[in-house]
Amino acid sequence: MTAQRILARQNLGPLFERIARDGRRILAPVRRGDRVAFEPVTRPDEVALDYVQTRTSAKSAVFPPYEPLLRFTLRGADVQADEPPPAAPPTVLFGVHPCDAASFATLAAVFTWDSPDPPFERKRANLTIIGLSCTRGDAYCFCTSVGGGPGDPRGSDILLTPLDDTHFLVEILTERGQDVAQLAGPLLEPHVGNGKEAALARIAPRFDARPLAAKLPALFNHPALWQEQSLRCLGCGACAFVCPTCTCFDITDERDRYHGVRLRCWDSCGLALFTLHASGHNPRTKQSERWRQRVMHKFAYQPERLGVLGCVGCGRCSRACPVDMNLAQHVQQLAETAV
Amino acid sequence: MSTIATAAAPARRSPYTPYRMRIAKVTDEAPGVKTFRLEFVDPAEAAGFEFKAGQFGEYSVYGEGESTFCIASPPTRKGYIECTFRQVGRVTAALADRDEGDIIGFRGPYGNVFPIEDWHGKNLLFIAGGIALPPMRCVIWNCLDLRDRYRDVTIIYGARSVADLVYKHELAEWAARPDVNLYTTVDPGGQTPDWKGRVGFVPTVVEEVGPSAADTVAIVCGPPIMIKLTLPVLTRLGFQPENIFTTLENRMKCGVGKCGRCNVGKLYVCKDGPVFTFAQLRDLPPEY
Amino acid sequence: MDALRTKARELLAAGAVQLVVGYAAGSEPGRARPCFVRTPAEADGLIWNEHCRQNLATYLQKPEVRAFGRVALVARPSTLRALLQLAAESQLGEGRVVALFVTDDGAVAELPTLAAIEEAVAQLPRGLTAAEHQELERIAALPRAERWAFWAGEFARCIKCYACRAACPLCYCARCITEANQPQWIPVSSDPLGNLEWNVVRAMHLAGRCIECGSCSDACPEGLRLDLLNRVLAEEVRTQFGAEPGLSLRKDYALASFRPDDKQEYIR
Repeated sequence: MTAQRILARQNLGPLFERIARDGRRILAPVRRGDRVAFEPVTRPDEVALDYVQTRTSAKSAVFPPYEPLLRFTLRGADVQADEPPPAAPPTVLFGVHPCDAASFATLAAVFTWDSPDPPFERKRANLTIIGLSCTRGDAYCFCTSVGGGPGDPRGSDILLTPLDDTHFLVEILTERGQDVAQLAGPLLEPHVGNGKEAALARIAPRFDARPLAAKLPALFNHPALWQEQSLRCLGCGACAFVCPTCTCFDITDERDRYHGVRLRCWDSCGLALFTLHASGHNPRTKQSERWRQRVMHKFAYQPERLGVLGCVGCGRCSRACPVDMNLAQHVQQLAETAV
Repeated sequence: MSTIATAAAPARRSPYTPYRMRIAKVTDEAPGVKTFRLEFVDPAEAAGFEFKAGQFGEYSVYGEGESTFCIASPPTRKGYIECTFRQVGRVTAALADRDEGDIIGFRGPYGNVFPIEDWHGKNLLFIAGGIALPPMRCVIWNCLDLRDRYRDVTIIYGARSVADLVYKHELAEWAARPDVNLYTTVDPGGQTPDWKGRVGFVPTVVEEVGPSAADTVAIVCGPPIMIKLTLPVLTRLGFQPENIFTTLENRMKCGVGKCGRCNVGKLYVCKDGPVFTFAQLRDLPPEY
Repeated sequence: MDALRTKARELLAAGAVQLVVGYAAGSEPGRARPCFVRTPAEADGLIWNEHCRQNLATYLQKPEVRAFGRVALVARPSTLRALLQLAAESQLGEGRVVALFVTDDGAVAELPTLAAIEEAVAQLPRGLTAAEHQELERIAALPRAERWAFWAGEFARCIKCYACRAACPLCYCARCITEANQPQWIPVSSDPLGNLEWNVVRAMHLAGRCIECGSCSDACPEGLRLDLLNRVLAEEVRTQFGAEPGLSLRKDYALASFRPDDKQEYIR
């Protein structure tokens, strides 16, 4: 399916205009001070094309921090409850790195297995992903340890690779990508030759995630190991919330006297009360047990159950962690620990 | 996983939108414990609704939240479902405040089922403690409604005190049936002067009754301490872990295996459970 | 750094403490991480530089850390003040902690008792820097609508991860107000109003208690100016009540005590 083209950087503006004329909004990385975050943009000069990684991920495009599942009106003994109107504007997610593009496969695996998830599915159906290969990484990137890479096409509908300061290589990878390519029309010029590989960042693998699904359960009963790794963990939710593949959520009602809404909101297995029963029993009372759950879920349980890894090696958790819990370092240690 | 049956996935509506249910009947079972009989407001939904013994639902008070209870009535009784709950927190307090005629929400049926077809021709031993009788009531009545498919049916049920026994009318019904061996007990000190049943903790009574393990399936449900002390008794009596079933309580939210809360090992209690054999629980990380 | 490592080795070798909580090199230059040193040999990993900022007094909340026994804590001035405030609030008993106060020249003062910590804190320079004063004045001088817009803009970015709470040495409630649901005082979701409620309530719960270590804003993944928010209230308590936390073992909590001659100008 892959077709290759060239896009001149100066044609990004016209490309954005054509996308907007087609009724789609564009989400792209925007720099504000020392932070980069995904925001709606209209012009390419708003976009930070040279970023390594955003602080929070782009999962908000399909799984926002909170969204309504139901709206209701309370009428004495009765109640009128309705699903809210769909909130899924046609969107192009522009400039996500390959790790983030790959994360959508994990999100879809969780949200669509076995039963529908209309809030997710509607947004995902209206989302086209234009990825941007990485020409540099930092100390926290570990995509190549989890089956990805700085130019990995998985998850992108179109993947751009900066060949130099003036041109992108354009790989059109899916039908959705083909739709946008058609919108772009003559902005995409024929391409001959190579050059992608040379442009990519070099990210040396630190461990191989593939054997972990089988190995980690054998390390379950090593409490000292998990405590050692998690002793500095403060039990906040930062890692889960910045993570592009974390999907745990809470369902909570908010109301005033007559009206209310049932929301789905982000949650984290690292928070102390995540598994608390109404009886007061909590299956995971220690932070080490919650840390173990995080690692096992991403690298063992999810691969075994859904066939996808729960981590794309973006490194956000490690950058955002207030106490520098570096997931790659911890997983590398686990990979090297004898059973 | 072979002994645990999985029910068919519910019809494809949004899993987060509840059915509208009218509270048809409220029964005070015990201090802080109520049973609701719920009827579907929409007759088409009532007609299309099916479930099997062992499944649970998420019951809503709109504006307060949802709470997870098993469906406590059997699938053999049509036109309504029942749930029994103890008031322990915000949602159950709001539920306890509802009256007959009020509208609440119900999502379900969720979870796997008791493989009662596998039990045809066997003896059934039901052991329950306190508020854990509700999850079992469904499967007990399901089997009693198909009585000729099963051999001996023994029920051992205990609570802290006489007042805490739930389903008191049904206990009387079961006691009166010649085809059911019912043993009720209360904890020492929980008896009243006119109490005719046994006095003693459930595991002790199981030992006293000494049911045979031959061709028998045991279903055990109760607080963790009761289970912990009952299992060795059953083992001594010759029961194998593959033939002892239970239903797990767990913190659940979505009920459909997505929100992550009930994830234990690679299983989700809301999808792969809540019905498990003790052989399966043995293989699970002890995080439930 | 050498002085710190030597002191840590000494204390561990002598059995005076069972654990030294300090800082080690982080994932990259420019980052330090809390570390837990149990043996003299492990003390080589201790570092000290301007990136060592997380207030280590927070770790006294972790049962796993308390279980070690007597703990030595590498301390900046704000760490010492946190320890005093915790002691004043009956959260820290005598003999549980040895503070290893590292001064700018790398010298280490071993402070084995709460009284020693109190004495060391009394010697510390107090008051805000000129830059800190300026920032407070700039915010206070903003017209009300602009000041509101500034703070609303900050809270809009909050993702309710509670890193601020987790990092704070004085947020030690076993059940945080956010974890109550009868009633749900603080909404679970991260909508702007709920975020404002959370951040303002936390700041109010810290008013007169916050020792301005900045761990909250350092921890915040979104870089919310929580340090500034807490400082605004700290300055208000200083001005209105003349009270300052973390200086004394005697509990002098301005917002929980009443004197007949308390100023009342703010009641307008």
